[in-house]
Amino acid sequence: MLFGIDYPTWWFLVVGALFSGYAILDGFDLGAGAWHLFLRKEESRRIALNAIGPVWDGNEVWLVIGGGALFAGFPVVYATVFSIMYIPFMLFLAFLIFRAVSIEFRSKEPMKWWRQTWDILYSVSSIMLAVLLGVVLGNILQGMAIGPDWTLQGTWLQFLNPYALLIGITTLALFMLHGAIYLAMKTEGRLFAKVTLLIRRAIIFFLVTFGIATVASLIYFPHLSDRFRESPILFVVPLLAFLSIANIPRLITKRQYRGAFIFSAITVSMLLMMVAIELYPVLVLSTVDPIYNITIYNAAASTKSLGIMLTIAAIGTPLVLGYTAFVFYTFRGKVKLDDHSY
Amino acid sequence: MFDVEILARIQFAFTVAFHYIYPPLSIGLGLLMVLMEGLYLRTGDADYEKLARFWTKIFAVTFGIGVATGIVMEFEFGTNWATYSRYVGDIFGSALAAEGIFAFALESGFLGILLFGWDRVSSRVHFIATVGVWLGSMFSAVWIVVANSWQQTPAGYHIVGEGMNARAEITDFWAMVFNPSSVDRLLHVWVGAFLAGTFLVLSVHAWYLLKGRYEAISRKAFSLALLVGLVFSLSQLLTGHRSAEGVSRNQPIKMAALEGHFAAEAPADLFLFGWVDEEQQTTHGLAIPGGLSLLLHQDPQAPVKGLQAFPAEDHPDTINGVFQFYHLMVAIGLALIGLTILAAFFWWRGTLFSKRWLLRIFVLAVLLPNIANQVGWFSAEMGRQPWVVYGLLRTSDALSRQVTAGQIVFSLIMFTLIYSLLFALFLYMLTKKIKAGPYDEDSIQHSPRQQEMAGFLE
Repeated sequence: MLFGIDYPTWWFLVVGALFSGYAILDGFDLGAGAWHLFLRKEESRRIALNAIGPVWDGNEVWLVIGGGALFAGFPVVYATVFSIMYIPFMLFLAFLIFRAVSIEFRSKEPMKWWRQTWDILYSVSSIMLAVLLGVVLGNILQGMAIGPDWTLQGTWLQFLNPYALLIGITTLALFMLHGAIYLAMKTEGRLFAKVTLLIRRAIIFFLVTFGIATVASLIYFPHLSDRFRESPILFVVPLLAFLSIANIPRLITKRQYRGAFIFSAITVSMLLMMVAIELYPVLVLSTVDPIYNITIYNAAASTKSLGIMLTIAAIGTPLVLGYTAFVFYTFRGKVKLDDHSY
Repeated sequence: MFDVEILARIQFAFTVAFHYIYPPLSIGLGLLMVLMEGLYLRTGDADYEKLARFWTKIFAVTFGIGVATGIVMEFEFGTNWATYSRYVGDIFGSALAAEGIFAFALESGFLGILLFGWDRVSSRVHFIATVGVWLGSMFSAVWIVVANSWQQTPAGYHIVGEGMNARAEITDFWAMVFNPSSVDRLLHVWVGAFLAGTFLVLSVHAWYLLKGRYEAISRKAFSLALLVGLVFSLSQLLTGHRSAEGVSRNQPIKMAALEGHFAAEAPADLFLFGWVDEEQQTTHGLAIPGGLSLLLHQDPQAPVKGLQAFPAEDHPDTINGVFQFYHLMVAIGLALIGLTILAAFFWWRGTLFSKRWLLRIFVLAVLLPNIANQVGWFSAEMGRQPWVVYGLLRTSDALSRQVTAGQIVFSLIMFTLIYSLLFALFLYMLTKKIKAGPYDEDSIQHSPRQQEMAGFLE
């Protein structure tokens, strides 16, 4: 116990914070990647790519840290979810590699076919990564057919169900909105004008998918709103989420893109916080029988180990936030292409 | 035909071996970049700045592929080795978490400034970024080697639960970190990485010298790298010796396999090269009689426990494989010492840069430390078999129960295709950057207007 909260819960908060950090950071560069093919001109594409250039790699590290934190704190969840979702995770890896390589290599040769090929690969993998993250989230939300000894009943194809795909598309829409706003902060001139047009489409895309996903969750998976019905005080979180979503178009019409970006980041973290509130203390819900639920208690590492890792996190987090802030500060402002650009 | 265990092992070996081409190059190049940029700041000699900028570009390629291929293994622990992950999560997890938060964040955070910040921050801040990225890559090695060493020589843990629910829980963090083999193996890995990067620098600048390009800066770079290479190829002998002593103390079966020593209690020879006949339980080849006994116990007559002293089910699956990989690594280590001493001698005489034959050898010698790094790990990991955690968890028990052979075949084919493409691209980009050279020509590639002009000129 630390400040009246037990160690598994602390670590649940740490993992949650890391995944929110990942979704906020990689969210905008995946979103920017999803728009890539909508930008037609060569120079626009290079500027868009260089807008995320110095930071995308650092953003992806949050996934590595988040994955490591999940492995460290809840090894049972890590082992179970990764092994039963074998194919989706392998595809995720493939897209992750393709995306990194596309960013690295696209501008290294001037040929049109070369750049076009990498552009397509880059954009498609950005889209697929966002969708796959959403599919995993969708399955976590609705629960999985976990039986005895953490085995899955049935085949992995059940993960590609309509609800999970809907959450996948919604995640893509959210990241595309977040990414478009980021691009607006980083561009100027005609590209900027084009991006503001994309933001409008992104808002519509997100509101539509998010609306459908909310209704579907309420109708088909009532367990997802249990806790909010039980303790109305928690309604603060969805309320804040809706307010911050509503604030985005308002700030955009006022041309305050930095403000809009902050609110799209808040939206991402509020939505994940809603997920966390609903799940806690369950991490993987069994649709077979609640006795097979994997919770933060039956999946947790030992108290000793969690204590050590909380110390590591307490020392490390300020450092990570420090140099993340320093990098973003160094590369603030509009993108200018130079000798070192992608 | 193949069962899940073999497929999962092949997949892990393939993906980790491919990954391990890049991090050692990054760590080694990082060291050279720190030295070059440090010399620039210290002496104000612009040549060192050109060198630092040039090697940063090459570093970017190795680093990028290293990151992209590194996440794969983290995922594979969960996907292919679920039982292992549950078993070691309590211990391995904290090392991995520490790696992420202390090492990766440092590397990737400062990488943006290292690559794109030359004209955005002061040269001192840029130097700090270079040091940050290099230290980050060094720290990564720390935590990965600690985790791997714990699998070789577990310490600071106790076992809780039984059967499927059994797992190792941490009892003493520092005993886990400083388990009996981690320090020796870390030093060995670091120095191996320094040599990989150093010999790449030596190779490229030897090539420039042979071609008569960038002569002035290549002499400076070659001399610097030669000094680093000399120091570390000699120190690798020490770290290697310490590692071998540790293996004989902590993993006597592995030691017996490394030297192909079968007799249960007899003085052991030291093979220069040879062939293990596993059927006949003997090893043929050229050996120093009693050499291993001498090295381990300072007495050529001292008995060393051989494979026959241990039950066959605890032997590695291929003794000859372990033996060959190990001996190749040792042979390369000795060759590197010979090569750097020879070059240093000619450098001292002032005739090094006119010895074209030696420069030609250095162009190709970049392969040697990289091969040694690979086969060294192969012997270490194959020698650990049949255990995934030495003496505690067998590899065959560590698998995911849910994963089928078909799924692994799918992912194995996928990785083979992707990695072939990656490797082709890597070689292509590397040769392109090397041909373009440290200045002038390369910057044309980047600015769109100059690029158009270059198009007209062609």
